[in-house]
Amino acid sequence: MRQGKYPFVIGFLLAPVVLYSVFVLWPIFGAAQVSTMNWSGLSPKRDFVGLDNFSKLLADDKVWLAAKHHVFLLVTLPVITIALALFFAFLLNMGGGTRGGVMTGVWGSKFYRVVFFLPQVLAVVIVGVIFGRVYAPDGSGILNRFLHVFGVKDVYWMADYGLWAILGVLVWQAVGFYVVLFAAGMSSIPGEIYEAAVMDGASRITIFFRVTIPMLKETVKVAWVYLGILAMDAFALVMVLTIDQGGPDGATSVLPVQIYQAGILKSQYGYASALGVALAVFTIIFAVLSLRGGKRDAIEH
Amino acid sequence: MATITEKQRSFGILNKLSHVALVVWAILIIYPLIFTFLAAFKSNTEIFVGNPFALPSNYDWSSFARAWNEAHIGRYFTNSVIVVLFSTAGTMLLGAMAAYVLARYEFIGNRFIYFLFIAGLAFPVFLTLTPLYLVVEQLGLLGTHFGLILVYIAYSLPFTIFFLTAFFKTLPNAVAEAAMIDGASHTRLFFRVMMPMAKPGLVSITIFNIIGQWNQYVLPVSLLPGGEEGEKKWLLTQGIAAISTSAGYQADWPALFAALSIAIIPMIIVYTIFQRQIQSGLTAGAVK
Repeated sequence: MRQGKYPFVIGFLLAPVVLYSVFVLWPIFGAAQVSTMNWSGLSPKRDFVGLDNFSKLLADDKVWLAAKHHVFLLVTLPVITIALALFFAFLLNMGGGTRGGVMTGVWGSKFYRVVFFLPQVLAVVIVGVIFGRVYAPDGSGILNRFLHVFGVKDVYWMADYGLWAILGVLVWQAVGFYVVLFAAGMSSIPGEIYEAAVMDGASRITIFFRVTIPMLKETVKVAWVYLGILAMDAFALVMVLTIDQGGPDGATSVLPVQIYQAGILKSQYGYASALGVALAVFTIIFAVLSLRGGKRDAIEH
Repeated sequence: MATITEKQRSFGILNKLSHVALVVWAILIIYPLIFTFLAAFKSNTEIFVGNPFALPSNYDWSSFARAWNEAHIGRYFTNSVIVVLFSTAGTMLLGAMAAYVLARYEFIGNRFIYFLFIAGLAFPVFLTLTPLYLVVEQLGLLGTHFGLILVYIAYSLPFTIFFLTAFFKTLPNAVAEAAMIDGASHTRLFFRVMMPMAKPGLVSITIFNIIGQWNQYVLPVSLLPGGEEGEKKWLLTQGIAAISTSAGYQADWPALFAALSIAIIPMIIVYTIFQRQIQSGLTAGAVK
């Protein structure tokens, strides 16, 4: 190319690379380094302690409790969200039956698509505060008041079913995103496949399980990884919605909240960094395993 | 085809049931938001003792004024607007510059730098939270909007660069070559020719960044600590979280719901206007 290419390239890359290195790359490497130190905010002293923080972490009951909560969310959140989203996406794309051999969506499908997706643009914190009233433990709570109709007595949602309540909000917020994702995937499935199935007299239920789901396998896998990563977070909801930010008695505690409390509030930098490394390793192993798994039997079309 | 139609008809009940499911889910989405807006007009007693499905006894907008002034929502709102304005603008400018160079110029280290940026997508923000806090503190930027803006930009770059690089690669070469023959400089080519051509992509990613940064919570709550002076810098999400969890404010729940309405209504408006771009942008991001 012409003269002055390198000054231009460097000029354009300098600021983004510097910012990214200082605030993202450096802290990633810093996390590994700080996690091997005994460093508290009270003293400027930092001692190298090797893997002490990690053995402390493994002996910490609170960490194991939080890990158990992540495993619970890791299983329930993707399963429920994906099942609901697939069902809704199918209805929106082809619930309206066949018209001239072409499957159409139900009446008003555009409206549903817009509404279902809406929670995705709202801040999780704000959604959490709103759900504080949904889960209120007496008759002023939306959910309890609704259940009164069926003669159900007041349920102490956050005290007795805190983690399920968190799961409910996560599903509420996530479903719409995956409806749109799966709907896009479904509309890219060649129409001839459906036409052939319809001509063979297959019902919509058969088509859903035998044609649509196998064809969407790769998209579902991506959804699984995304929802799994979401299950490793839940920070904002636990912060604003649960009793005592992770309570009662640790019943809703999650690792990100422990990282925040140890690192930012208590200045236990070494231990908090070790927790961060553990969470990242956990997340990356999960993502790699999910993306690898089942790759062999991918459908080709 | 006639037999198929009959078969469809036998699914009439199923059809109705599935429509009911859609309506129920739509109500589940909309009702909490309507409740929030209505609760802003209710009294504390109506919110805490009353039937949550009841309408407010009278419509009085004073809770909005109290939220804006006394609960400092006005200040938090303004802070959020300022931070997001600068950070989104910065993200788009720096992200587009880097993506353009990475997409359309060959040089040593191109692939390496691109990979470094994309690697940022793989790490959860909680991994870096503690060291990030220490870096920001050492730079003397803790508790400043300037520091937070830089951090927002840095954390938005991987996604932005990932997307825009792909976008700049699709732009035709012919126009760029013609401009170069006319003697345009590299910089001029970028700002006058390539940026306008990339407008659809830039719009989508801009909206995405506005939503993401506006809704951000963990970064402000970590990097803008409290304290009498510190609280004045707070953003909307952290301000609302603090109000809702602090017992001292329990006296004025209508104002809290007014604050929530103030926070969500702009998002609903932006979403309704741009819902097509938002949906395609966000879901395209998932299939990377």
